[in-house]
Amino acid sequence: MSQQLTQKVDVELPAQSVIPRARPALRWLMLAVGLVVVLALPWFVYPPVAMDIAAWALFAISVDLLLGYTGLLSFGHAAFWGASAYSTGLIAIKLGMPFPVAVVGGAVVAMLLAIPTGYLAVRRTGIYFAMVTLAFAQMLYFLANMWGDVTGGENGLQGIPKAFFGVELVETDAFYFYYAAIPIILIGVFIAWRIVNSPFGRVLVAIRDNPARARALGYDVERYKIMVFVLSAGLAGLAGGVFSISHGFASLQELVWTTSGKVVLVTVLGGIGTLWGGPIGAAVVVLLEDRLASSGFNGIGIITGTIFIVIVLAFRHGIWGTARNGLTSWLNRRRIKTGQRL
Amino acid sequence: MPAEATAAPLLETRSLTKEFRGFRAVSEVSLRVAEGTIHALVGPNGAGKTTLFNLLTGFLAPSSGQILFGGDDITGKQPEQIAHLGIARSFQITSLFDQMSLVDHLELALASPTGMGYRFWRSNAQLRRFRDRAMELLDEVGLGDRAGQAAGSLAYGQKRALELALALALDPRLLLLDEPTAGMGLEDVDRTIALVKKVAAGRTVVFVDHNMHVVGSLADTVTVLQSGQVLAEGTYEQVRNDERVITAYLGQAGDAHV
Repeated sequence: MSQQLTQKVDVELPAQSVIPRARPALRWLMLAVGLVVVLALPWFVYPPVAMDIAAWALFAISVDLLLGYTGLLSFGHAAFWGASAYSTGLIAIKLGMPFPVAVVGGAVVAMLLAIPTGYLAVRRTGIYFAMVTLAFAQMLYFLANMWGDVTGGENGLQGIPKAFFGVELVETDAFYFYYAAIPIILIGVFIAWRIVNSPFGRVLVAIRDNPARARALGYDVERYKIMVFVLSAGLAGLAGGVFSISHGFASLQELVWTTSGKVVLVTVLGGIGTLWGGPIGAAVVVLLEDRLASSGFNGIGIITGTIFIVIVLAFRHGIWGTARNGLTSWLNRRRIKTGQRL
Repeated sequence: MPAEATAAPLLETRSLTKEFRGFRAVSEVSLRVAEGTIHALVGPNGAGKTTLFNLLTGFLAPSSGQILFGGDDITGKQPEQIAHLGIARSFQITSLFDQMSLVDHLELALASPTGMGYRFWRSNAQLRRFRDRAMELLDEVGLGDRAGQAAGSLAYGQKRALELALALALDPRLLLLDEPTAGMGLEDVDRTIALVKKVAAGRTVVFVDHNMHVVGSLADTVTVLQSGQVLAEGTYEQVRNDERVITAYLGQAGDAHV
């Protein structure tokens, strides 16, 4: 009896104060399910929409790396998504490179842009950090608009090819393109997972929770923030590149501030501080927008905005965070009831 | 003692001053802390003790004056640089990573000088190489059996102990403790005194505390601050019998710790 009591304390205290993590067996199961869903997605969802979900999922993960794991709200991440969308398109058009090469090139451009932005932004925190990133994204938006010769201005960059080593099915059929492009997204997710579960990731969480303490321990907080900002921009770049190849064009829409807002919405909706949150938020938002758009409904923003407010007010940890907390405490309760050891 | 007092001090401040918009929180403070000693900073609230700590650890830049550590000028260095030079601090208000387990805290502190923190491409299992030392430190402060618990779930006294372990993990030459016994019950205070004595062996310690029992039991030298200035300095016995100190403390509505 007393053993059960102590167990209860041991189990429940950390559940409240630590981000609960599933046990390894469950994590592998989740990973397997996730992979099956990713691979099966274009069978159930219109393939270009499936590709959008995947790209937005990685985009959201890149934002979460800053928001959930480092405590930085970037309100200008469209800069990196969009810069890569254009760069990827230009590389594909002008150099005729296969699309994976173009996407990597776009991500590199995004990272290069993130160096000066990050350098300026990390000196500020909170709303000021958000404003610096927003200002930078707006600057890029106006540049893209003005520099019409290269970007196509308001018409966007048209006719981006899906060159893929002459494999015609991939180049012409969105269904096969999905399978050719999804490895890029999965590699991006893997990189994010690696970062989060690295010594670097541990330092990021320390910085998020208590930057002064991290500095007193000898960690150069600004340098870590710049590094994670650049890494995050790279992931946003991979996502934006895949997106523009998939659509065959890059438009100013990729750089506009509402895109920065949308990705924060997707991230928070799914649940921050968890790599699963981004993909779930992306699936919900992209599918919803697609359904509403095809039904001819014009006020998409009202619907997504309302859902966002409800989720944030009622389920503070987002969809995945809430589901996971519920699952964890249910499993713990069960385990205590059945007297099973953890 | 006398022999050490004549040797070059490990820490020295020269006319250290910090102004906040015309308010002098720390004014012309010149301290000399001999290597291997325990030095207490006392004074009423608002005397500038914590500001002084923040200056010493780079969290604030002084308005004027100099800070020397081991003979080198460290004025204007950043907190993380100062940490690497061998000055570790604890915080007055317990300052931990609430969601992190105790052993993770210490691994992080131990990894700091190695630069491993930059390795975003490696597994954090790498940090396990510090586990043995982390457990040693936790045992040292009496938290060994709570290694896996999240810091946020610790009781207050235990958090203070973890603060101390974190500072020790940096293996500092100079340990700065900001009110190590603040808000503790009597039993915890005595435990902490014993703990600080133990870890002070072979180190130099500067600490701030309001509890005169703590100051009397630990300090070799006591510096009394008032309104940002050094009011008196000497051994605990000398200082507690100093007229000016008695006046200063009685002036504080009989803050009768003494």
